[in-house]
Amino acid sequence: MTAPTSPILDAHVPDGPIWAKWDKHRFDTNLVNPANRRKYDIIVIGTGLAGAGAAAALGELGYNVKAFTYNDSARRAHSIAAQGGINAAKNYPNDNDSIFRLFYDTVKGGDYRSREANVYRLAQVSNAIIDQTVAQGAPYAREYGGLLDNRSFGGAQVARTFYARGQTGQQLLLASYQALARQVGLGRVQVFTRTEMLDVVTKDGRAAGVVVRDLVTGEISSHSAHAVVLATGGYSNVYFLSTNAMNCNATAAWRAYRKGALFANPCFTQIHPTCIPVSDEFQSKLTLMSESLRNDGRIWVPANPDDPRPPNEIPGADRDYYLERQYPTFGNLVPRDVASRAAMRMIEENRGIGPLKNGVYLDFADAIDRLGRETIEERYGNLFEMYQRITDEDPYTVPMRIYPAPHYTMGGLWVDYNLQTTVPGLFAAGEANFSDHGANRLGASALMQGVADGYFVLPATISHYLSDWLNVDPVPTDDPVFVEAEAAVTAKIRRLLDIGGTRSVDHFHRRLGHIMIDYCGMSRSKEGLEKALDEIAALTEEFWRDLKVLGDNESMNQSLERAGRVADFLELADLMVRDALDREESCGGHFRVEHQTEDGEALRDDEHFAFVSAWEWEGEGVAPIRRKEPLTFENVELTQRSYK
Amino acid sequence: MPTTNKRAEVNRRSGWGEWLGPFFTSDLGLKWLMALTGIGLLGFVLVHMVGNLKVFFGAEEINLYAESLRELLYPLVPKQSVLWMFRIGLAAMFVFHIWAAWVLTNRSHKARGDIKYQAKRRYDAVNYASRTMRWGGVIILLFLIFHLADLTFGYANPEFVPGDVYNNMITSFERTPVAVIYIVAQVVLALHIYHGAWSMFQSLGLANPRFNDWRRWFAVAFAVVILVGSTSMVLAVQVGYLTL
Amino acid sequence: MDVRLRVWRQPKGDVTGEFIDYEANDVSPEASFFEMLDQVNEALNHAGEDPIAFDSDCREGICGACGLMINGSPHGPQQGTATCQVHMRKFTDGQLITIEPWRAAAFPVIKDLVVDRSIFDEIIESGGFISANIGSAPDANAVPVPHTAAESAMDAAACIGCGACVAACPNSAANLFTAAKITHLNLLPQGQPERYLRTVAMVETMEEYFGSCTNFGECETACPKNISIDVIAWMNRDFVAAQWKNLLKAGQA
Repeated sequence: MTAPTSPILDAHVPDGPIWAKWDKHRFDTNLVNPANRRKYDIIVIGTGLAGAGAAAALGELGYNVKAFTYNDSARRAHSIAAQGGINAAKNYPNDNDSIFRLFYDTVKGGDYRSREANVYRLAQVSNAIIDQTVAQGAPYAREYGGLLDNRSFGGAQVARTFYARGQTGQQLLLASYQALARQVGLGRVQVFTRTEMLDVVTKDGRAAGVVVRDLVTGEISSHSAHAVVLATGGYSNVYFLSTNAMNCNATAAWRAYRKGALFANPCFTQIHPTCIPVSDEFQSKLTLMSESLRNDGRIWVPANPDDPRPPNEIPGADRDYYLERQYPTFGNLVPRDVASRAAMRMIEENRGIGPLKNGVYLDFADAIDRLGRETIEERYGNLFEMYQRITDEDPYTVPMRIYPAPHYTMGGLWVDYNLQTTVPGLFAAGEANFSDHGANRLGASALMQGVADGYFVLPATISHYLSDWLNVDPVPTDDPVFVEAEAAVTAKIRRLLDIGGTRSVDHFHRRLGHIMIDYCGMSRSKEGLEKALDEIAALTEEFWRDLKVLGDNESMNQSLERAGRVADFLELADLMVRDALDREESCGGHFRVEHQTEDGEALRDDEHFAFVSAWEWEGEGVAPIRRKEPLTFENVELTQRSYK
Repeated sequence: MPTTNKRAEVNRRSGWGEWLGPFFTSDLGLKWLMALTGIGLLGFVLVHMVGNLKVFFGAEEINLYAESLRELLYPLVPKQSVLWMFRIGLAAMFVFHIWAAWVLTNRSHKARGDIKYQAKRRYDAVNYASRTMRWGGVIILLFLIFHLADLTFGYANPEFVPGDVYNNMITSFERTPVAVIYIVAQVVLALHIYHGAWSMFQSLGLANPRFNDWRRWFAVAFAVVILVGSTSMVLAVQVGYLTL
Repeated sequence: MDVRLRVWRQPKGDVTGEFIDYEANDVSPEASFFEMLDQVNEALNHAGEDPIAFDSDCREGICGACGLMINGSPHGPQQGTATCQVHMRKFTDGQLITIEPWRAAAFPVIKDLVVDRSIFDEIIESGGFISANIGSAPDANAVPVPHTAAESAMDAAACIGCGACVAACPNSAANLFTAAKITHLNLLPQGQPERYLRTVAMVETMEEYFGSCTNFGECETACPKNISIDVIAWMNRDFVAAQWKNLLKAGQA
């Protein structure tokens, strides 16, 4: 299936050599002088690393900022759950790292589907991130001399990952949250907690504000501003079971899409290989075990799928260390997408382990023999504890059971070099945009991008747009565009409450998740995707006919919140499947079974698909239009990834 | 809702503490005051007990000890003047200790709110001593009043002879109900010390993972010494070891 | 397994609440506590009754959104574990489980088991930060941080802001929460310039809403991150020191 296309997108990437682009761009950017900044209102949706960072940075610059979060505190955004670390090109370990190497590794890891200039800028500002967060009090791990410690991570041959135990995301988010809190105390930022954005409002083609719902009182209200920043995270929850938090959703990004912002590469999702397998049908959430475990753990399944012996009694000869067998060079350290697909193949061949035959073993017995239990405890103690809490099994004596789970979405709102969407005045930062990770994200890079966008990129680029609107008031919230948007939001809520069917929101969400993981998960086929399109359409129809949401809109109603989010997931799922169908190649996390090498590896088609697919909403019930941003690679050479 | 929405403030700081300075309107300041006065009172309790243990050495020894208290720094200063300074200081420590406890208790009750836990709470760290600090304190205060009336002023002891400490102690402790009062009060005091002598390190900020066990042992030892020392006198009289 | 539940139901903040009994049948012992409640809610929704409202987001024990009083213990029976990481295997078949929201004057109930903890944000806003404007930081290795200081700061910084310390405290004191943040920042070299101003500002904000610490230690056993009450002692020490430091300050801290 080939979608209709329209003119090529311009990413506004500055000219010049790649290392000079960001400096040149900042010089060419129009500024807002410090005395004028207080005349501007900016709305930030989401208070994760990107959102809280942007709100704090913009507040420090002197803009009036309103920040919104559905949580009861800005400190709870899901950035907090990142475990492993954050990359930076500091080269403190003296192991030959550089900005160019970080850039190169990230582009290669993303399977050559990201925009060179953005990735290079990310590598450039990475060092400032470490400086800034240290100054803000993030308690990174230290050597005994008091200097920063580094560790290595997947996809890189240098140790460039800074970390704070297994809680790096938490410590970085708290640093941003505290910077934000400082601005709240100073009166420059107002934080609206338990408030969910339900629509973007545009006037004359540019962003004018948002419509939000107070999750406690149900009150619908509008907020206007000169610019709106969406930092609302990814959409892995479209799969229902994912490592995302329960309330992570795509509503803000999806509403923006329906208001004219393009949605890029929706089919680029990351399935993380080391999660704890599902244990029962009511499971609500999957838990990630850090990628770092693969440094010392060996992955295997029994050679005989019906082997009745407990795992630690199966001798080495009767085990299949399939990653080491298939990828002798990289072994257990192949990239995430490769490891995930290999595990999936094992399960599909009915060689899975555990009570539900839905996992593979990650075994530390050899590592414990080699290094001693104490060393393993030091390295992974907190992860082992977490595993034991969830499964009630002791990973020191019984091999861990793991299985891949949806974890991160590389796709998101299309943004140009300024992080501006195709709607002027509407910006997207962090996981909500698509820009830096191509078709596969490397470990410890999500935190880097979130902080980079929020602290350094957006505050620098937003002034260019704002400078045109000096002394122009934002559109008042009693303007017809706001009145209409509020009415539409209210009508949709009414509609959800009035269906009066028989099935709960979770019921539909769970079914959607099954369709997506089966047909648009780790591997995708034309046949399956087409089937998925039909099933999603049928499920959507059933949803709007048979949904049952109790209660009212005038008080806290968690089912109603979820219903709105699932309604948007249903629409997004359709777009993801269309994008997966449209991209007739395999790259990174997008694996089309029709496009693989003889050994079953992803086969890219650079000739026909070296571009970003950016989808444009054409209206209810009309197929969206795919637009293209061609990707040119002037600084890295496109090669086929091989991990044999 | 914006985070700037304020909830009703339960502890608007005010009261007598303002007269002492802003530090003493603060909970932490009051706890510091309680710890300091607590140390003073611990010192008093210990010295008081050691002095009175002289009762085991006979009437002459203990009466001499009592007389020496009146003659501290005499003839430099008039008789009893140092004793009275001690008494005033002690009274002040009691007053501040109790006042701080009163203010903090009220604030905590307000902070707890109108709706308490409706189901039974399960406590893991709270012990009998820490839970009874407030009522224990009240009991100790009541005992103190009785004790002063009994052995300092003699109102509660018909056989009281001013100056003859040995006689007063024996005649008082010979009465079984009074002996029971003394022993119960010492148990309550020991519990109060068990938590207080540990807690004061926290309030003063003296914590270090390396020495934290030592704080607990200090409190246990102090409480045991006071309990054993004080009750030994009462029991010695009751079993007839000490007689007139 | 089957369990009986006694759940606090309160439609709105200003309405009186009550315990209502429910049954959760055929619960997998592998299920998490919230998955059990999800199952109960599914049944309630089916029966046309309003599902039980509770806060829960990451379900990995790190976001701090969750917090239930389970059988009189904050976050339930397992020490060092947030509610979302408690699993049903910790209960016995047929057991009666009582579930209440956090209770404190500063944490008013919004609905059922959901309470308003936004005062915690206010405490942080009053001083729980290091004023380092973005862009103005020196090189990350310019100021060495002793290994032990970094480790102890990290121990304190592990706080997830769930409010279990307040919920557990018979005085509704927030000393563990406040002290954890003060300790995190005051231990680091980067936190020194504002050390004593921060301590006073945060303590003052805390004391406006919360009770006073009587060193029960109940907060420590309730804390899902096992934060030690040593941090409270260190806050006390810095608060007393601040009285002199701030008074005598003439240029330098």
